[in-house]
Amino acid sequence: MTLTQQNWKRPHLITLEQLSASEISAILDTARALQEVSTRSIKKVPALRGKVVVNLFFEDSTRTRTSFRLAAQRMSADVVDFAVSTSSVSKGETLADTARNLEAMGVDAIVIRHRSSGTPEVLSRQVSCSVINAGDGSHEHPTQGLLDVFTIQESLRKSGRKLSDIHVAIVGDIIHSRVARSNLWALTKLGARVTLVGPNTMCPQSMEKLGVNVSHDLDSVLPHVDVINMLRVQFERLTSAAFPSIREYHHLFGLTAARLDRCKSDVLVLHPGPMNRGLEISSAVADGSKSAILRQVANGLAVRMAVLYLCVGACATSHEN
Amino acid sequence: MKPLMNAEQIAGALAKISGQITSHIRAESVDASKLALVGIRRHGEILASRLSDLLAAELKFKPPVGALDITLYRDDVLRAPLTIPLGTEMDFRLDDRPVILVDDVLFTGRSVRAALDAMVDFGRPQFIRLAVLFDRIGREYPIAADFVGQTVEVDRDTVIIVNLYPMDARDQVLLMPTAKKERLAP
Repeated sequence: MTLTQQNWKRPHLITLEQLSASEISAILDTARALQEVSTRSIKKVPALRGKVVVNLFFEDSTRTRTSFRLAAQRMSADVVDFAVSTSSVSKGETLADTARNLEAMGVDAIVIRHRSSGTPEVLSRQVSCSVINAGDGSHEHPTQGLLDVFTIQESLRKSGRKLSDIHVAIVGDIIHSRVARSNLWALTKLGARVTLVGPNTMCPQSMEKLGVNVSHDLDSVLPHVDVINMLRVQFERLTSAAFPSIREYHHLFGLTAARLDRCKSDVLVLHPGPMNRGLEISSAVADGSKSAILRQVANGLAVRMAVLYLCVGACATSHEN
Repeated sequence: MKPLMNAEQIAGALAKISGQITSHIRAESVDASKLALVGIRRHGEILASRLSDLLAAELKFKPPVGALDITLYRDDVLRAPLTIPLGTEMDFRLDDRPVILVDDVLFTGRSVRAALDAMVDFGRPQFIRLAVLFDRIGREYPIAADFVGQTVEVDRDTVIIVNLYPMDARDQVLLMPTAKKERLAP
């Protein structure tokens, strides 16, 4: 009963960069244990009964916000969705004041998404409740990185392989992608080989300093990888000079059925969503047998349940002592 | 550390429990074909699986075994130390089944309280009975065992260490007196 305990002491989840391999494994193990809850007729466990989780999203989100909400509910926490557009934030209230007011209402965890990198980190130093990063600027999206690794592990278990046996390609606008960054940290810490693929302007050679390979030629990488994680083309950046044209991008970096045919037969395709079908990924690939895109969504729930349990739990136990 | 049971004695205690269960099933006209065993992870799970084998010989039906993780149902779940859950593995529903809950040591009754809460999330059993290898003094909740391998009278500061293969190297039960006032997590 006490075999793997004590591996988690953090009240906050801000980045995967700062976690050790064993801390990442503790989250993934917890998520694996919690996966079963969503298959029951009563999809709930009482662990976080009486705890309050606030979703504080300063950027649009459908699946992450819903996933966190459902995850908190499955752990029996109460959830408040804080709509920034109708809140006092639009009247000029500072983030710190908003957070302190929420805390004064007895909140146990704040799940925050913000366009500025580093916001969750700053917030975590100003409040005594848990802070969970649901995406900050182009910095990190830790629960996405975790659910991607979780999905890869789930698939590897069928063939008895480990993360240290595989090679993962992350394809797209790497430099602006918080998903890429969180994936990169989790994968490399757990021993996987990672190649970042994208146009020179979005995937600079200097990223090799992070302990990964960098390539600008998707076709030369595909036959060698076990997993392809296709990033979303962020339309908000399409006007920048870094992005030549949609047609050129699709031609060079879009994952099509023809490209998939040149991959290993057991290759796994991931995409964090929302997808631009026909741009970075074709419908035939997204809906095909190699795609784990809907598994990612299902696994996201288990991963977020695990993160809420561990962070709120660590916060509660540290106050206890 | 003082030995309390060796492998042979553990096997004997399990045979005794199996006999008690069989008698109960016959006396109460229980539909044995619906019987299920649920072991509290991790020692209860091993004991439940061994009991299932013993009962199969008697009942001509091998009861399915579930492994119940009570971590998230414990009344001390958010007190130190935080435990990483192992997960529940139960590929059958408990609805309308006679169920035997199995654990190694019944002490405060808190684990069983948590287990009862967890089990009703898997359906509404016909009844739940409790089988334990050891029944020791120190109940804090009003819970009693129905089938008992051995009753032990040791003071509160003594820890009963249960080792069961394959989780541990071999089957044995030891008594460890501790000076500490607080007990180890069960």
